[in-house]
Amino acid sequence: MAAFWTDRRRLLLGAGGLTAAASLGACANGQIVGFDKANRSLDICNQGEPLSLDPHKASGTWENNIIGNMFIGLTTEDSKGNPIPGMAERWQTSEDGRTWTFFLRRAQWSDGEACDAHDFEFAFRRILDPVNTAEYASLLYPIKNAEAIQAGRMPPDTVGVTALDDLTLEIELEHPAAYLPQLLMHYTTYPVPKHIVERYGDDWIHPDNIAVNGAFTLIKWWSNYIVHLQRNPHFFDAANVVMENLYFYPSNDVNASARRVQSGEAGWSTRFPSNQVDQLRAALPGYVRVAQYLTCNYFSFNTLKAPFNDVRVRQALCMAYDRDWVASNIYRTGEHPAYSFVPPGISNYPGTARYRWADWPMDRRREEAGRLLEAAGFGPANPLRFEFSHRNSSDNPRVAVIVQDNWRQIAPWVTVELRGVEAQVHYANLRAKNFDIGDGAWSADFDDAKNYLYLLETRTGDQNYPSYSNAEFDRLVRDSDFELDVERRGEMMARAEQIALDEAPICTSVFINSTNLVHPDLTGYEDNINDYHRARWFGIRNT
Amino acid sequence: MLAQAVRRLALAIPTLLAIVAAAFVLMHLAPGGPFTKERQVPPEIERRLEAEYGLDLPIGQQLLRYLVGDEGRGGLIRGDLGPSMTYKDKNVGEIIAEGAPTSAILGFSAMALALVIGTFLGVIAALRQNKGQDYLVMAFAIAGVCLPPLVVGPIMQLFFGVEWQLLPTAGLHRDEYGLRYLILPVFTLSLPIIAVVSRLMRASMIEALRSNAIRTARAKGLPERQVIWRHALPIAMLPIVSYAGPALAAVMSGSFVIETVFALPGIGKQFVLAAQQRDYTLVMGVVLIYSFLIILLNLAADLTYRALDPRSRTA
Repeated sequence: MAAFWTDRRRLLLGAGGLTAAASLGACANGQIVGFDKANRSLDICNQGEPLSLDPHKASGTWENNIIGNMFIGLTTEDSKGNPIPGMAERWQTSEDGRTWTFFLRRAQWSDGEACDAHDFEFAFRRILDPVNTAEYASLLYPIKNAEAIQAGRMPPDTVGVTALDDLTLEIELEHPAAYLPQLLMHYTTYPVPKHIVERYGDDWIHPDNIAVNGAFTLIKWWSNYIVHLQRNPHFFDAANVVMENLYFYPSNDVNASARRVQSGEAGWSTRFPSNQVDQLRAALPGYVRVAQYLTCNYFSFNTLKAPFNDVRVRQALCMAYDRDWVASNIYRTGEHPAYSFVPPGISNYPGTARYRWADWPMDRRREEAGRLLEAAGFGPANPLRFEFSHRNSSDNPRVAVIVQDNWRQIAPWVTVELRGVEAQVHYANLRAKNFDIGDGAWSADFDDAKNYLYLLETRTGDQNYPSYSNAEFDRLVRDSDFELDVERRGEMMARAEQIALDEAPICTSVFINSTNLVHPDLTGYEDNINDYHRARWFGIRNT
Repeated sequence: MLAQAVRRLALAIPTLLAIVAAAFVLMHLAPGGPFTKERQVPPEIERRLEAEYGLDLPIGQQLLRYLVGDEGRGGLIRGDLGPSMTYKDKNVGEIIAEGAPTSAILGFSAMALALVIGTFLGVIAALRQNKGQDYLVMAFAIAGVCLPPLVVGPIMQLFFGVEWQLLPTAGLHRDEYGLRYLILPVFTLSLPIIAVVSRLMRASMIEALRSNAIRTARAKGLPERQVIWRHALPIAMLPIVSYAGPALAAVMSGSFVIETVFALPGIGKQFVLAAQQRDYTLVMGVVLIYSFLIILLNLAADLTYRALDPRSRTA
């Protein structure tokens, strides 16, 4: 009995100790308030860990979410994602549309040095210099000599970007590009502090060395955990910036992000699990934000290979796919079925191109698909067999099952095998043309139809996954670059898109929406098609 | 004992080299590379990227370059783990140094908690064999093994964080460590270990109680408390010690699930993401750390074994 008592005493002692330790811990750190109105801080669940915060090395939207708060280009985005003057106060275009002159505002880097036209000139040369292996610089190819420089055929100082004086920057283009103001919002065009990059080389981005020209500066970057930004008092519009601290967490797990918002530890999550949208709407009134976005999910046919070199086979499969069902049942946040490649809502684009059978009911489409396949020589004696490759991530495997079922329903002699692989491997297969039909997604980097259509140009090479080649299509897309009239340019591109839809090198699936959870008292967050939300515009609604 | 430890550590070097070579080759066999992405890189840039990281060399030369380095790069023998292939602004050493402390604290705390609770539960179950307490402990153990952290973690977050708002659900308290922030992840991580330890402990305690040594102890008239805690426990601990060594290495080198669910900066998450992104150098770095920990902790387990069991000292 005595033994029992001593043990129990020890046990109680131990338990007491643990409780004491726990309460001590409780005193040491209070709970985080994800949207802290008193301290003007915001904790943000961002999709992933930035691979780089250097605007010349970044390549993902989740990096853009951070970098876009640190730097400002010639133009920048307003709270709705539209281009407005950034470092450039105003600009003028030459008559042929190929020379743009930007007049810069007087501004400073966060270390107090002047941020001027020379920093821009330096930045464009740096990103295009092949030595710096910038993976995303191809966006800048409309700029004079840019492509030749990155291919190592010309020296970087031949780029068509020249500082005429401290506050005047001239950009020469290969062809008129009406979308230049949109393009110049992109992070690949941000200036970098010449004096710091020259001193520290690639380490310039380290929090101890960095200088920024945007609203927030980098304080700390703890790998795969947190990026801490703080208000930059040297920012030209600092007087109107409300938020003091931003904390970005890389959140690969969307469910965990949603719980973090629910527990009040985060004020904004850049994604949420779409299958929980109803529960989230109920649990977090006012938080759920769904908006149209520049992403199209589509399947590529390998047109180099029989039977997909036959337009009838491609059309048949394209027709028999029930994208309406997928849009409303697999995706749960009001996604739209894609009957075109370019998403609706793109700027300066009529959006008239559409599959010609788009309004037919499914039964008629299925019958027509059967007829087309029979005309192409398939039937019980010659069954159609092929493989559908897809990424085994997020909703893609669930879509694949529906695709398989839809195509089997055309006729009993259609057999579809599914092959789900990791995204990295999948894209490698698509590039190597090692597939029959493969899924994929494309998000535009800036708001212009060219961003989609170029994927199907012959000159695009490996990334033209279906290996589509049509002379008329190529001509229209190329000529549209030289068309100065915005409306006519849009019509030309729409004609090209219609050709591609008729010939069906790809089967478009669904336009994906952006999904955010945002604290309802956070003002200045506006839904927009680019899904750009800069903290510079954020404010606090006191209730 | 010291001589043995030194000998074992010396043997670790060829072992590590073999592991490095095997992991290196296996990783390069996986399809896709670090620069295969949705948006294609221009061919000239891809060529330069591959040259920069030596990916254009034959695999044997790549391995050699990784081990001994070349101009401008130290190589593994000089402690240089190389630049990360996906995280452009950091090198592998920095990334691991940022993640390792959290994984180590998490793993060590979970193991310590599991050893205390697991041992205690196992002893109770053994002493009350086939009685209510025994069944209760074993039911708990089965549940602990069957319910993966992927399920337990979110449930704990949901109740302690979202429903009752008692504990934080994620992170470490922004950029500082906070004790409260470790409670849920440590408990979630320790649950399956508690289960294993308590089952092991129960079995070995039952066996120990039947041994000659214990019969002798009882015959000498020692009080029951002393028989159990002084004499039976060290014998019964032996299987736990050999389990705990490698298990500690495993939990200290990070748990992908725990670190992802609780959004913690550990190397377990880094490892899985690096493998997905084909970040060869980062994967190698974490594999090295893990292998080194395994070797070190196995050695520690053997030394503890000797301390606990007089019989193994002569061997």
